[in-house]
Amino acid sequence: MRSKNPLRFIYATPYAAWLLLFVLAPIAVIVYYSFFDLSGHLTLANYRNFFTSIYFKLTLSSFWYAFLITFFALLISYPTAYFLTKTKHKQLWLLLIIIPSWINLLLKTYAFIGLMGIYGPINGFLEAVGIGNQQILFTDFSFVFVSVYIFIPFMILPIFNSLDKINPTLLDASKDLGANAWVTFKRVIWPMTTDGVKSGIQVVFIPALSLFMVTRLIAGNKVMTLGTAIEQQFLVTQNWGMGSTIAVFLIIFMFLIMILTSGKKGGIIK
Amino acid sequence: MKKLGIMPRTYLAAVFVILYAPIFYLIYYSFNSGGGMSHFESFTLEHYQAVFQDTRLLIIVLNTVIIALLSALLSTTIGVIGALAIYFMKNKSARQTVLSLNNILIVSPDVIIGASFLILFTLIGVKLGFASVLISHIAFSIPIVVIMVLPKLLEMSTTLIDAALDLGASRKDVLTRVILPYIKPGIFAGFFLALTYSLDDFAVTFFVTGNGFSTLSVEIYSMARTGITLTINALSGLIFLITMVLVLGYYIIGNKAKSPQGVKK
Repeated sequence: MRSKNPLRFIYATPYAAWLLLFVLAPIAVIVYYSFFDLSGHLTLANYRNFFTSIYFKLTLSSFWYAFLITFFALLISYPTAYFLTKTKHKQLWLLLIIIPSWINLLLKTYAFIGLMGIYGPINGFLEAVGIGNQQILFTDFSFVFVSVYIFIPFMILPIFNSLDKINPTLLDASKDLGANAWVTFKRVIWPMTTDGVKSGIQVVFIPALSLFMVTRLIAGNKVMTLGTAIEQQFLVTQNWGMGSTIAVFLIIFMFLIMILTSGKKGGIIK
Repeated sequence: MKKLGIMPRTYLAAVFVILYAPIFYLIYYSFNSGGGMSHFESFTLEHYQAVFQDTRLLIIVLNTVIIALLSALLSTTIGVIGALAIYFMKNKSARQTVLSLNNILIVSPDVIIGASFLILFTLIGVKLGFASVLISHIAFSIPIVVIMVLPKLLEMSTTLIDAALDLGASRKDVLTRVILPYIKPGIFAGFFLALTYSLDDFAVTFFVTGNGFSTLSVEIYSMARTGITLTINALSGLIFLITMVLVLGYYIIGNKAKSPQGVKK
């Protein structure tokens, strides 16, 4: 049935053009620019710079924060997704969990500027309990907290989907065979949801490496991530070469994470 | 099914409260006649008035909506074409390669997309502003549409196409009367997602917007950087309302699509 009609190749042109121009070309220009310094000379200086202690520390701390954010997001999301699958109108509840993620990211971040402010309700609460006023905003705690808040819905979604696919008879079988709740979880539920967890980690960890508006608005200049560094090089210092070099490494990290978190079955589409 | 125990219920309730608290907090203080977000003085609608009187802000809102609609429309068109092209690819490994390439922009961090597009536009000579923002939004929405449409195509039985061809349908008929109606839910979902991605985007736009042109996210960012302005709160109240209406509409359409008339399910 799939006849050899040459038209087939013509109609695909817009898509092919997009692949070429907006997927391949951007990576190429980033790599190309990473070899130039501020005055436009071909150089490896950017790469040498990247391996100095400043950028090494930056990369390390960026990874540490991304790890913390992913870890806490997973810790909160997994039980949430699990309990959600047990509710009566689970699709409706899931929708309610997803709605906050459709509210503009900037607005949510902005809300925390008020919530965590010196006179904000969180400090009001701390005061009432007797802990007293704390500087919450512009600390690394606030950065991790707000980021976890932002990413929770994105973590819940894939985990929910993989939990939802589990055939309930398997759980009955496990119970009948004498497994207690913990063993059932460890040996049956968890192995069957690792794909969901992996894609959850993927959708949280990579953006967590590169968030820059949250660091700017919530953490002041306390926290630098790879994303913040790239933004700064491109838009503040105007050093596109150095910015591109950091971007090259971020792309490499991205691919590594994708390889690590992609299931053996492969293919993102299922 | 067993009913949920008290612990799971409290846990879920806590998660819901935390997820919604910041949003309702913003909206609550949008009615505050005082200046900040810490002390509620008295009820007022002045901040909403301020939003509607601020022509600059209204133009930005209009820009944002135009960009979202245009980019969703164009990216859906190209995305559907792309999904069809991938679907009809015979070579398995080539197909897998195209799919991986397709997904690069979905997993790429926004800063990378923004920075690389900025270089690209400067090299090609596209003036930063409306055009560059629109093109960027189209570019990062296309793969999402493909991802939403392709599963629908794969789920379609190939016998449907064979049957249509056997019954004398032309290739065009097969496309417009068999394939497109079948994948319609996927196309709508893709369009809707492209719309929300565009409305929500900050980082990419921030890189390619240049001076003079701004979308809502970029504007909120620059407003928030200068501190608390209750105009933003009023704006978020309005945005929340619109989002809820959209979600409700989406939910109703989704439920309708699932019930009787559908071929499958």
